[in-house]
Amino acid sequence: MQKKLFTIIAFTENRIGLLNRITIIFTRRHINIESLTTSECEVEGVHRFTITTRTTKERAVKVVQQIDKLVEVIKASLHEEEETVYQELALYKVDARQIAENGLFTAFLNTIKKYDAHIQTATDDYIIIEKVGRRVEVFMLLDALKEYHVLEFAKSGRVAMTRSANDLDQYLRDVEARVAEEAHEVGV
Amino acid sequence: MSTQAPHTAYKMKTPPRTMTGAEAVVASLLEEGVDTIFGYPGGAIMPVYDAFYDYQDRLRHILVRHEQGAVHAAQGYARVSNRVGVCIATSGPGATNLITGIADAQIDSTPLVCITGQVGSHLLGTDAFQETDVIGISMPVTKWNYQITKAEEIPAAFAKAFYIARSGRPGPVLLDITKDAQFKTLDFSYEPCIGIRSYAPYPKSRPDDVIAAAALINSAKKPYILAGHGILLSQAQEEFAAFVEKTGIPVASTLLGLSALPGDHPLYVGYLGMHGNYAPNVKTNEADVIIAVGMRFDDRVTGDLARYAKQARIIHIEIDPSEINKNVKAEVAINADAKEALLALMPHVQKRSHDAWISEFKALDKIEHEKVIVKDFTLPENSIKMANVVERISRKTKGEAIIVTDVGQHQMVTSRYYAYRGQDNNVTSGGLGTMGFALPAAIGAKFARPNEEVIAIIGDGGFQMTLQELGTIFQENTGVKIVLLNNNFLGMVRQWQQLFFDRRYSSVEMKNPNFIKITEGFGLKARKIEHPSELDGAIDEMLAHDGPYFLEVVVEREENVFPMVPTGASVAEIRLE
Ligand SMILES: Cc1ncc(C[n+]2csc(CCOP(=O)(O)OP(=O)(O)O)c2C)c(N)n1
Ligand SMILES: [Mg+2]
Repeated sequence: MQKKLFTIIAFTENRIGLLNRITIIFTRRHINIESLTTSECEVEGVHRFTITTRTTKERAVKVVQQIDKLVEVIKASLHEEEETVYQELALYKVDARQIAENGLFTAFLNTIKKYDAHIQTATDDYIIIEKVGRRVEVFMLLDALKEYHVLEFAKSGRVAMTRSANDLDQYLRDVEARVAEEAHEVGV
Repeated sequence: MSTQAPHTAYKMKTPPRTMTGAEAVVASLLEEGVDTIFGYPGGAIMPVYDAFYDYQDRLRHILVRHEQGAVHAAQGYARVSNRVGVCIATSGPGATNLITGIADAQIDSTPLVCITGQVGSHLLGTDAFQETDVIGISMPVTKWNYQITKAEEIPAAFAKAFYIARSGRPGPVLLDITKDAQFKTLDFSYEPCIGIRSYAPYPKSRPDDVIAAAALINSAKKPYILAGHGILLSQAQEEFAAFVEKTGIPVASTLLGLSALPGDHPLYVGYLGMHGNYAPNVKTNEADVIIAVGMRFDDRVTGDLARYAKQARIIHIEIDPSEINKNVKAEVAINADAKEALLALMPHVQKRSHDAWISEFKALDKIEHEKVIVKDFTLPENSIKMANVVERISRKTKGEAIIVTDVGQHQMVTSRYYAYRGQDNNVTSGGLGTMGFALPAAIGAKFARPNEEVIAIIGDGGFQMTLQELGTIFQENTGVKIVLLNNNFLGMVRQWQQLFFDRRYSSVEMKNPNFIKITEGFGLKARKIEHPSELDGAIDEMLAHDGPYFLEVVVEREENVFPMVPTGASVAEIRLE
């Protein structure tokens, strides 16, 4: 089966060690994580993981099942590229003196404009540019900035949302109702 | 559903009482109905041991001789009782010594709560004396783990631990408690855990799946049931027997499914997998519909997956959704506990019989009988074979003793020739294949079911891995019977070297000690036999003896276990010699 880039989105409890539990699922199967972003989400106390990985569909499905099985994972899902809206954030630091000395300022500004980026901070020594976009776009700008001497480059992992009107809050309310019902059934 | 609910008397939240964290540990165990715990003390867990002192009348602590013994004993206890097994150890080496058993429990779905002491929370991460990151180490082999650093967390953490260990697909849980959390005080009140929003242990079967499964079963010409551990874990033996008898479908068992259906049941056709019976393996590749109940298509069962049951339409009844379609693609999957799924299916399946199909199994049984079983049972003039011993024990105990096996040839021979017909009376290390498991697991099993015969059948190799637990038997006068099948070899490895490595025997022959002196040194009644004429008498003497007994049987040195599905072969290519 062909390898593809998949996005895994997981909602979890905010617990020490959970990141480790999730990553060892990949390690154990010798699957590389391309990017991983974790943050709070719209529901207080719930964390959101966005993980990208390049593997086969079959392996991706199994990895998601293993993640979903973790006691403190509320819900994990697998998405192909078309099913998500996603972005990355990149910062680039270029050499301000070189731009000034070589009289490249206009060309530099046009490059930034062309790639839909903007200047975050500027000093006499360096300029920091910020770009939000997809991975290819972020790297195209990196290429274009090479002639201005890139001093530093950093980018985030992917953050993604599905193209469906899921409501985590409602989901959690349903889950809590289920838990209460089960508790009733097992007679506790 | 799978394991017993907490003590009903404690359903209500108890009124708060001020106590130390250490005492709260004990109080939490009592709230969960625990009365037996296996462990070994040390610095970081001393406050809890101090609390044990005041509760000796309600909580029995069994002092093992090595922490691996504690965890295996807790496993043996859990496996035969459907209760959560509990073990306790100190930090560092005490905690790491538990890991093998935890991994074993994880892969064999055994409910455990393992408690470890930890250095004071101000020392965490400093490489303090006996500090080990047991949370990190145990993460891949626990269902859940948690580090308690504050006394007031104790009751809720224990409630959650027991709930997680026993619910759904059971498994081991580890609680690591820092020493300061044991010393500090809290207002103790206990509320059992009744659910966790991120955890759905009881998936419900979907009517569509049940109907689809029943339709497949009703129209099948050569249906075949594979019985797994899940039937025992959900205590569905009765429902399973009713289902089997109504549908008339032949049943084969996995290693851990043994005893799900009595070994002498007319629809039971034998045992599956690498050293299973001939017909059950071969027929796997001829059945038109396979109904897998609470089993996970382990590679020891399937052989080469690419050539496993390709002709069959598969119904998979399984509580853990991540097991469905993991190894074998299911046409219909019922994601539910075995008992629930069988009850749901029952009204939709037709009463049928499959005599012609079952007689095909019988025809192959004859071949196995001629080529393997007769040989296994022919008692040579001057030596004893493993099968002779197992068959006699089976007969003399009517298949009802709790049999605990270690790992190796003796394990496979026992699985083949002991006719399990008791309730949960097969205890063995299946998924991990842990040598050294049997002796401590048998001790645990005996504590759980003291009035029943518990017999550990062990190889000379495995016995020497945990024989220090003879000390536990000595101290507690635990009435287990130990049968050592001594072939002076790491027999199973030797067999592989003979068959697949040109008989180049590399480090498999053992110079063994005088086992009788050793066991007598630990106060056991002990006997060694070498001649077939002694066999019956010795087994009778062992079974009649009230108290721990050690029987060493010197068996043929270079016997091989057949049938055998060699690695990489298909189940249909099972070898008879
Ligand atoms: C802890 C551990 N180490 C190594 C093995 C590999 N192994 C599997 S069976 C076996 C030989 C067992 O020898 P013995 O206990 O004498 O039993 P026999 O096969 O002779 O009946 C070995 C070494 C194992 N399963 N577990
Ligand atoms: Mg041996």
